[in-house]
Amino acid sequence: MSKVYTYILVMAVVTYAIRALPLTLIRKEIKSKFIRSFLYYVPYATLAAMTFPAILSATDYWISSVVGFAVAMVLAFNKKSLLTVASCACAAAFIVELFI
Amino acid sequence: MYVGKISDFRDGCRDAIPICLGYLAVSFAFGIESSKIGMTPLQSVMTSLLNVTSAGQFSALSIIAAQGSYFELIILQFIINLRYMLMSAALSQKLDPELSTGYRLGISYGVTDEIFGVSVLKKGKLYPLYSYGLIFISVFGWVLGTLLGAMAGQIMPHRLISCLGLAIYGMFIAIIVPDTRKSSAVMAVVATAMVLSTVFTYAPLVCSISSGFRIIIVTVVVAAAASLIAPIKEGEDE
Repeated sequence: MSKVYTYILVMAVVTYAIRALPLTLIRKEIKSKFIRSFLYYVPYATLAAMTFPAILSATDYWISSVVGFAVAMVLAFNKKSLLTVASCACAAAFIVELFI
Repeated sequence: MYVGKISDFRDGCRDAIPICLGYLAVSFAFGIESSKIGMTPLQSVMTSLLNVTSAGQFSALSIIAAQGSYFELIILQFIINLRYMLMSAALSQKLDPELSTGYRLGISYGVTDEIFGVSVLKKGKLYPLYSYGLIFISVFGWVLGTLLGAMAGQIMPHRLISCLGLAIYGMFIAIIVPDTRKSSAVMAVVATAMVLSTVFTYAPLVCSISSGFRIIIVTVVVAAAASLIAPIKEGEDE
């Protein structure tokens, strides 16, 4: 396992370069309406794609995941805070699993 | 060049609490998995501290376990983490154009899905001290969870860990869903991205695409289509 630290360093360099290049190189305000719109929509598209359908297998049972997902959607739609939405989703799933 | 006040750092720390909790759960699982392939707690912690990327770290475990090639590791990390490039480009627009390279390199360290989500939707400019607060508390949770998982993973109640896995998705939902109420374009983007992502996960042929690459494809296609169909009005992205 002596190579492990080399693996860790190699992946750290690649990952950091991906993050640092755009942030250090893009210094001006982007004028293009298309690119501005694109960057505006990126977080919504990315986070939605990461959430669904992955959330369905987040817990051990799909039923508790579905309930947690539903609770999160309802609370978020009613503009509850990050912490409220996240903790209520976990709590709902936990309660469902107590009955399984 | 204004970098923020100490109160911005505190705000960042506070806003990172849900991220920290979600990270504790996810990195705990990472700690367990890494110990299973024979990594020491120090190695697991160093991996989390230097990379701070959930999907990237989990996927690297299989290569490390198999003593795979560095080339394979580089390609895999590049593809899985390419979405950070889009996120960094989006974040660059939130920074003061005069902000020096040092601060930019500092903020770069913490570009993760969750920290990005909170940073990019914060109203107004993004100040480095706010970002540092977010990063400090989030990475603290990420590293601590890894350490606990690596040391004591197998003796914790499994059911608790299972449910904590929802925290991170609950957070994503809390970030994207409220804005669907004020913009039908955002609503369409969220819904389309979820549907496309489901298709890519289960449909024949395309289901073999890795999860990192799937997210990139869905993001680019949906965000580009939305930009063509419903370009934002001046000032809407401020």
